[in-house]
Amino acid sequence: MTMSAAITGVGMSDIGRKTGRPAMIHLAEAARRALDCAGLTRDDIDGICTYPGKADNSPGMSPLGTGEVRNALGLKTRWHSAVPDGPAQMAPIMVAAMAVATGQARHVLCFRALTESSSQTATRRASIPGAGRARLGGWYSYLVPANAMSASNWAGWMATRYCHEFGMTREHLGMVATGQRAFAQHNPSAVMQAPLTMEDYLGARMISSPLGLFDCDVPIDGACVVIVSAADAARDCARTPLTIEALGSALGSQETWDQRADLTTMGAHDACADLWSRTDMKPADVDVLALYDGFSIFVPYWLEAFGFCGHGEAKDFIADGHIGPGGRFPVNTGGGQLSGGRLHGFGLLHEACTQLWGQGGGRQVADAKTAVCGMGGGFIAGAMLLRRD
Amino acid sequence: MRPLPELTPENTAFWTGGAQGRLMIAFCGACRHAIHPPQLVCPECWNEAIEFKPVSGTGTVYSHTVNHQPWAPDMAVPFALAVVDVDGAPGVRVTAEVVGADPESVAIGQTMRVTFANIDDIWFPQWEPAP
Ligand SMILES: [Zn+2]
Repeated sequence: MTMSAAITGVGMSDIGRKTGRPAMIHLAEAARRALDCAGLTRDDIDGICTYPGKADNSPGMSPLGTGEVRNALGLKTRWHSAVPDGPAQMAPIMVAAMAVATGQARHVLCFRALTESSSQTATRRASIPGAGRARLGGWYSYLVPANAMSASNWAGWMATRYCHEFGMTREHLGMVATGQRAFAQHNPSAVMQAPLTMEDYLGARMISSPLGLFDCDVPIDGACVVIVSAADAARDCARTPLTIEALGSALGSQETWDQRADLTTMGAHDACADLWSRTDMKPADVDVLALYDGFSIFVPYWLEAFGFCGHGEAKDFIADGHIGPGGRFPVNTGGGQLSGGRLHGFGLLHEACTQLWGQGGGRQVADAKTAVCGMGGGFIAGAMLLRRD
Repeated sequence: MRPLPELTPENTAFWTGGAQGRLMIAFCGACRHAIHPPQLVCPECWNEAIEFKPVSGTGTVYSHTVNHQPWAPDMAVPFALAVVDVDGAPGVRVTAEVVGADPESVAIGQTMRVTFANIDDIWFPQWEPAP
């Protein structure tokens, strides 16, 4: 079964650390590039969607909502939405696919904009939920007041349990980080391009054990736009449409980072099982992998969730060279968020599309026709399978 | 200062039980399901008769991490965080600030016991190695 929706264009702003550029300038640049990529004009855009909408949960996390972007870009839309609760940062792309499939819109501009690098201060760190507030509610009120403030802590205890059960070591996670850096050296827009050796990785300071500095992604300022089009409308675009073959959003456990019975799995496992139940394609059919790497440990989790290897086998899969440059299942070929910068999954999807359109330059995977993208960590997960026919 | 949880009808017993030295966990009055974080409705059977009961205050480390990064200006590092399976409340885990132990000494399977730190109107469960 195939959804009647496709990705027809992607665009990314000139991302960076402490760019000093307002979010809207990044967004406009990304939108312009996405329209150029798709061969569309502003007036072709009749839908808009984002995750999570304008929000100030943590500094620079989401400075723009659909209203401001509609106003600034002069969009006249038939459908608009923002999705704060949904299958990870992929949610706007998923609901956009449903919107075009049900005829609500033909071309939906999906965006993610962040200014986490410029916005964070010593007292209000990026990605610390509720930073600066006196009282907290919701799931993180059971974590942050216990001084478990950072997702690096939550991912850290997942990693500790995983390593305990399966014998993964820091070196395996280092292979993820150094492999992605090797890819980033061929990506001019990656924020970290200097060579990264295993010695550099192991020598870096610890953040939340067993995760060190190079296990954590990089906060940046930037924006990314992905255009989702109806299947019939996609034929009008400049490029071969990238058909959304299947989506996976299932979640079987509580929306917390500590209650899932087996923390050597995460929401991704539910979402990926759901995805494969909706297609005849198999992991062996996949050419390019875009796996959420807010922390390096999420990469083995996503590999296992998607079924590229069995539960507990990712350490050997990684050590055997499958995911780095030249591997059969290359992961995060633009450097990922670890080396490319944290665009909350949109950057990973941007890279997957770039690969499927054969524009990966020195990091291009030969004749890439299919890609998976998984966004989110912990209980947050959305999965996608794309194909270029 | 660390942010505090907002007290709500469903969570007040959990955050204030420490005033009497008790770790209070929510249970469904109908099906006995242990509920954490506490809810107003039992997620198993949708019964609304939620009862808080004291548990023994011991538990087992399911996993842990040592935090080295000061995420707030007054945060003293390093310190250990543990995810503790709570005795007497099947399926319930708490994220635990570890006290009274070398952070690097915390281990999976270790038995811990609760102690409480009072800030304002909140009694934070903290966990130390059981003797
Ligand atoms: Zn019940």
